Amino acid sequence: MSNSTENVQNEPFARVIKRAELSAGKTTLLRLSAVLLSLIAGGVFIACVGQNPFVIYGTILSGAFRSMMAFQGTIKLMIPLLISSLGVTLAFKMKFWNIGAEGQIIFGATCATFFALFCSGMNHVLLIIVMFLAGFIGGGLWGLIPAIFKVKYGTNETLFTLMLNYIALHIVSYLRDGPWMDPESQGFPKIARFDKNASLDKLCGIQFGWLIALILVIFVFVYLKFCKQGYEISVVGESQDTARYAGMNVKKIVLRTMFLSGGICGMAGMIQATGSDITLTTSVAGGVGFTAIIVAWLAQLNPFSILIVSFLFSVLEKGSSVVQSNFGLSTDCADVLQGIILFFILGCEFFVRYRFVFRNKVPKFNKKEMEG
Amino acid sequence: MDIIIKFLVAAVGAGTPLLFGTVGEILTEKTGHLNLGVEGMMSIGACIGFMVGYYTDNFFLALLFAAIAGACSALIYAVLTVTFMANQNVTGLTLTIFGIGFANFIGIFVLNKSPEGTLKLPERITAAMRGIHIPGLSDIPVIGELLFSYSPFVYIGIIIAVICAYYLNRTKEGLNLKAIGENPGAADAAGIKITKVKYINIILGGAICGIGGVYCSMIINGGVWISDNVGGLGWIAVALVIFANWQPSYAILGSFVFGALRVLKYYIPQSVFPFPIAFYDMLPFLMTALVLVISSMRKSGRINLPAALGLNYFREER
Repeated sequence: MSNSTENVQNEPFARVIKRAELSAGKTTLLRLSAVLLSLIAGGVFIACVGQNPFVIYGTILSGAFRSMMAFQGTIKLMIPLLISSLGVTLAFKMKFWNIGAEGQIIFGATCATFFALFCSGMNHVLLIIVMFLAGFIGGGLWGLIPAIFKVKYGTNETLFTLMLNYIALHIVSYLRDGPWMDPESQGFPKIARFDKNASLDKLCGIQFGWLIALILVIFVFVYLKFCKQGYEISVVGESQDTARYAGMNVKKIVLRTMFLSGGICGMAGMIQATGSDITLTTSVAGGVGFTAIIVAWLAQLNPFSILIVSFLFSVLEKGSSVVQSNFGLSTDCADVLQGIILFFILGCEFFVRYRFVFRNKVPKFNKKEMEG
Repeated sequence: MDIIIKFLVAAVGAGTPLLFGTVGEILTEKTGHLNLGVEGMMSIGACIGFMVGYYTDNFFLALLFAAIAGACSALIYAVLTVTFMANQNVTGLTLTIFGIGFANFIGIFVLNKSPEGTLKLPERITAAMRGIHIPGLSDIPVIGELLFSYSPFVYIGIIIAVICAYYLNRTKEGLNLKAIGENPGAADAAGIKITKVKYINIILGGAICGIGGVYCSMIINGGVWISDNVGGLGWIAVALVIFANWQPSYAILGSFVFGALRVLKYYIPQSVFPFPIAFYDMLPFLMTALVLVISSMRKSGRINLPAALGLNYFREER
């Protein structure tokens, strides 16, 4: 340090300055390179456990598409993920940290299961509609609880929604061990398989939940983009003070949005229970509620990007189950890769808005950046 | 009487991983960074610590590597949120998902290679973790069992908590840290090296969480590896920070109370309170939710929530 001037000594090694807005093309390029880097990092991880990353990635891709059945399995995985990602998006747009999708899925599924178990004699179409409503309202109420406390007392919603996940989970295990235990299981704790009448119909070989998921993509897009209520969500998310100043009833908006957000997640639970599992288990959500958060964030809360990202994630999940059977690597590989991808994307968002300036290099401000 | 002592001893044991997680998270949150990745850092610590213990049969090395693993995972968080100013909630959550996935993945990977089909810690390390026995002191009735019979983890945890309490309240570095959590702009103007202090404390917090994790994998299941061995304790720890009012000394009490809730089901006879088992499993989470609600309702009184918690600091945005 002795040979450097005093001025340079005081300057930090690197500092951060804001950059002018990047063009859409450059931003996309940056994000794509982040994904590429994350795949390389994931490849290094795979290589560390002694496998050839190219073979593993190839198996993941081909595993998800190798047959009609595999593809249907991929879509089956995608349905709850897509729907709950759409659900949490509504809350996230409002900067309400709903990480309780898991609990909302479980509770929605539980409410729907009540009708599946005890009203299975009803007219089929009517029963399905009732179960959808039950799932929606159940999930909605489960999302409404933390919202009520948030608007009333400012209770931390992140932790509260999280605790409700575990509470919902243990409600199911209580029902499974006690009141709803299958009488024919001879004491083995499980809930009976639903009647054929109470299970979702198939459309093109897959339960028709996929159609509902696609409709929801359009619905959420229109709701956020073209509805007054959707606009209110964005304003509350940007600044509650602004919303209040504009005469919006912030409390009402928060409650309404959380009910809707939880309700959509609850529907995901209902669809998973009645369409795929045909019973209620404690793993009805199975981590989907958490993955949904990653999906929503990666997709920048855009419903159509969510459709794409959730499809890619389902390919990853389905493919890793093939990797598991072929190479003996556990399916948790998918979680690791998803985590790595989001780490890189989170890091890359920085470079969209800021850049580093290093010591000894006089920053060259051009006119555009001075304005930005 | 005998059963009460057994209950208290079990409560301390069950509360110990919470103590590590809570103290680690208090250090992190005092920097103004809410790290929701405690569960993930604990999982990574649990996995690496267990594997090192399994292969080296050395208790100290297992602890050391658990701490290093926890610190490394916290480093990911620190780089993303301090330097890259990423959203803290999302980064923490990702760390949790990544950490649990990583731990389970490595666990199953090693499990598949082991000839016996299970992973059980060797004898020497299990002996090192067993309850201590100080001749004389541990033999005193009641007191000996209540104070001098625990696994070394318990004492390590309490010592770390006491040191952190001293560090936060009595040292210059600790006060600097608290200043950053309250008002990073003012701390920066006062000449505190914000980035450095944040990194150090987030990483230290991660290291402490990592030790808590290795307790979960090495002790809770009797030294046998199972997947998801942290099982939500990290999340309770995040909530316990609020219960402890961001004070490491209260964290000791808080974690043992929650430990008691976790083991309650084994000590309350079904004939007295005929609650289903699921209710007892739910109890810690239910209580945490209640604590959250009550502490948010209590507007008056001293709440030590760092004022800048959850906000990233960018010097040019003052």
